[in-house]
Amino acid sequence: MAMITADPQDVPRVESFSFTPENMEKVRALIARYPADRQASAVIGCLDLAQRQAGGWLPRAAMDHVASLLDMAPIRVYEVATFYTMFHLKPRGRYLLQVCTTTPCWLRGSDAVMKTCREVTGVAPGEISADGLFTTVEVECLGACVNAPVIQVNDDFYEDLDEDSTRRLLEALRRGEMPKAGPQIDRQSSAPVGGPTTLTTIPGGAAPRE
Amino acid sequence: MPKMKIDGIEIEVPAGISVLQACEMAGIEIPRFCYHERLSIAGNCRMCLVEQEKAPKPIASCAMPVMEGMVIHTNTPMVKKARNGVMEFLLINHPLDCPICDQGGECDLQDQAMAYGYDRSRFHENKRAVPDKELGPLVKTSMNRCIQCTRCVRFATEVAGIEDLGATGRGEQMEITTYVQRTLTSELSGNIVDLCPVGALTSKPYAFNARPWELRKTQSIDVMDALGSNIRIDTRGREVMRVLPRINEDINEEWIADKTRHAIDGLKRQRLDRPYVRRNGKLQPVDWTEAFDVIATRLKDVAGAKIAAIVGDQCDAEAMLALKDLMAALGSSAVECRQDGAQLDASVRGAYLFNAGIAGIDRADAILLVGANPRWEAPVLNARIRKRYLAGKVRIGLIGEVPMDLTYPVERLGHGPSALDDVAEGRLAFLDALKGAKNPMIILGQGALCRPDGAAVLARTRVLAESVNAVRDDWNGFCVLHTAAARVAALDLGLVTPGGIEGVFAGCEKGDIEVVYLLAADEFDMKRLGKAFVIYQGHHGDAGAHRADVVLPGAAYAEKPGIYANTEGRIQLARRAGFPPGEAREDWAILRALSAVLGKKLPYDSLDQLRQRLVQANPVFAALDRQEAGAWGTFGTPGAMGDAPFRSPIANYYMTCPISRASQTMAACTAVRQAQQQALAAE
Repeated sequence: MAMITADPQDVPRVESFSFTPENMEKVRALIARYPADRQASAVIGCLDLAQRQAGGWLPRAAMDHVASLLDMAPIRVYEVATFYTMFHLKPRGRYLLQVCTTTPCWLRGSDAVMKTCREVTGVAPGEISADGLFTTVEVECLGACVNAPVIQVNDDFYEDLDEDSTRRLLEALRRGEMPKAGPQIDRQSSAPVGGPTTLTTIPGGAAPRE
Repeated sequence: MPKMKIDGIEIEVPAGISVLQACEMAGIEIPRFCYHERLSIAGNCRMCLVEQEKAPKPIASCAMPVMEGMVIHTNTPMVKKARNGVMEFLLINHPLDCPICDQGGECDLQDQAMAYGYDRSRFHENKRAVPDKELGPLVKTSMNRCIQCTRCVRFATEVAGIEDLGATGRGEQMEITTYVQRTLTSELSGNIVDLCPVGALTSKPYAFNARPWELRKTQSIDVMDALGSNIRIDTRGREVMRVLPRINEDINEEWIADKTRHAIDGLKRQRLDRPYVRRNGKLQPVDWTEAFDVIATRLKDVAGAKIAAIVGDQCDAEAMLALKDLMAALGSSAVECRQDGAQLDASVRGAYLFNAGIAGIDRADAILLVGANPRWEAPVLNARIRKRYLAGKVRIGLIGEVPMDLTYPVERLGHGPSALDDVAEGRLAFLDALKGAKNPMIILGQGALCRPDGAAVLARTRVLAESVNAVRDDWNGFCVLHTAAARVAALDLGLVTPGGIEGVFAGCEKGDIEVVYLLAADEFDMKRLGKAFVIYQGHHGDAGAHRADVVLPGAAYAEKPGIYANTEGRIQLARRAGFPPGEAREDWAILRALSAVLGKKLPYDSLDQLRQRLVQANPVFAALDRQEAGAWGTFGTPGAMGDAPFRSPIANYYMTCPISRASQTMAACTAVRQAQQQALAAE
């Protein structure tokens, strides 16, 4: 049964947070996108920056820092941070494996991908692996059904996976490599496997266009 | 003015209102949960769906503006089905705990489920569970019952001006919370209990105490501050169970402050329920005859000039007049109401009234607060200033030490009289704001008057008000904000002595004054009364009773009918909600009985006759519930002003009178507030 309280009592306490000078520069750019006195509009961008800087999750100190930067009441920032699933209010592994299990991915074998993730990381979904590298979560459609099944690793999609390629991907991540994102089989984006199958010749022998 | 048709009724309505309001004007009730007249429109409960012709779906009437030629139906099968459906969804996660819920009997959800809902549910899964939130000593939460109308969030953000509450999470995980387990830091937090349409937020002190149908409801007037907020006192038997606001657009709209609502448990504690006489240094219980005899014996050979009286902050006008008449019969004119030492001038009414009226704040376009902390002296008035700030185009300046956020931005101009001079002489640019304003308003608090140079500050402020054209035929922006509910009526009755309270104290110390009659006056250092023989008539065993030689038990505000004048000079009638405890009596009746024993029988035998005498004494008491600016004149004493900063006389909002000092609820609020301040200081 659902019983989620947003009160951050079971997470490590982070005493203070402030943006690095580089990120502060980006925050200023974000704020500058909106009219004067409408700086609160930059809250999502700022929270994203804060989450990246804080190691993939948002401690309360970071939310409070964003609130004071944008001159908002802290509760208004908490509301945004708890509403969007892209913001994490608890620590997670360095690589967040978001495994899509919605129907197209499921039909194409997301169960095997999920099982592999569980085997390689050694922990159940939502937990952090012993080496601190991985957290697996099951998510709804990531919008890459043509390349099902798919995992989103932090910001990148790894597509057309099966058990073996998932294992290879995770092991490469564990070695500190960052494999090429996109389809993990012989395929360009979402074009047919093995190359184009239609429009390979100019129809009707017409002269090529100038 | 758009013309529209609602259920076949042709009606012309003002442009810009919502369909829901138009339906109400046509006399058709629309069920609603999230919509509230005084809050912004959320449109999230969907209970107010109605059918609009040519619209493909039902429309949320609270959020739809009226348009020319609209045709609305509120009783079609589609509307009925929509309401049924919404109600079924709202009840999906609502626990079936009406029998143990304090809202039962006055619950919008209960009533509307009866009127508009199905008689059964098709939901057989588990309901969601939501952890309760800690919102302090006044508001009890049962968050399972919450239907997420967000009225409380909008009230806290918009009216109270404390952005502490919010809605976190989404969908089924959405919760109303402060997120960080913080108690509400508002003096108006009790109002969210009234706003909550279900039993999610209920009154903590009143929890499981009574059902609404057991209560007798009495219309009354609040005396915890000088606003005279209109209240309804709910009693069961003799016990005051709770206080709720009544709507009065000109005073409190429909809000009341936490002290008004929750200090009432003080009415049950430390009460004086029988007369006492001090013998061998100890107060001993006696009966009325004996107490009166002791007074008569003591007064027998005392000249009238050696008797003085001090009236308290919560007295009704009738008792104060009876005291004045009794004192006059005894040959004394020394009746003083300014027990805090405020240098108020009773010569003209304009000198001590909130002349513009509380509703006048809505029209003011530059407001200067001088020595006032409205957040603590009159929280409901403070909310009105905030409302004015939210409406825009107003500048608000503050002179005085106010170590808190007033819930709206103020220009802090300085701390003391020198800043007042700076404004008046144009050294601070705020003078231009006042001069440029159409309706400039200067709110003069007791912090600027309760000081030795108060009369000079009063004169300085009067000159400033005149110089910025704040005193005209159509507008008087000179506003005195009182903290004592009885003060304006006392000044109307002329209960002032030339030397003020200090003169009385000096007389006591020198022995010029031998007898002091305290009418529920507790707010000063009793040591100043020297060796005087003190008669204390009041309702609580507070400072005055401890010092007294004779204690006469009187009635508190809920236990007597009475007339009060609020800070704007509005005369209001409070009705009796219960009877005083034990042998205690109504105050005017005690004075009338005492007068007979003293051989100076007062010429009235009933409250009606006393009220006729009241109107005779000052005709303003004849006009109930009317507000107008007082007569203007030259008042105050121009002179040198000191350097001390203006400080509000209220050090702790929750404890300002014998009733609130006796209240355990107010003590709990004080403790929470102090803990918060300590935590803030530690950070």
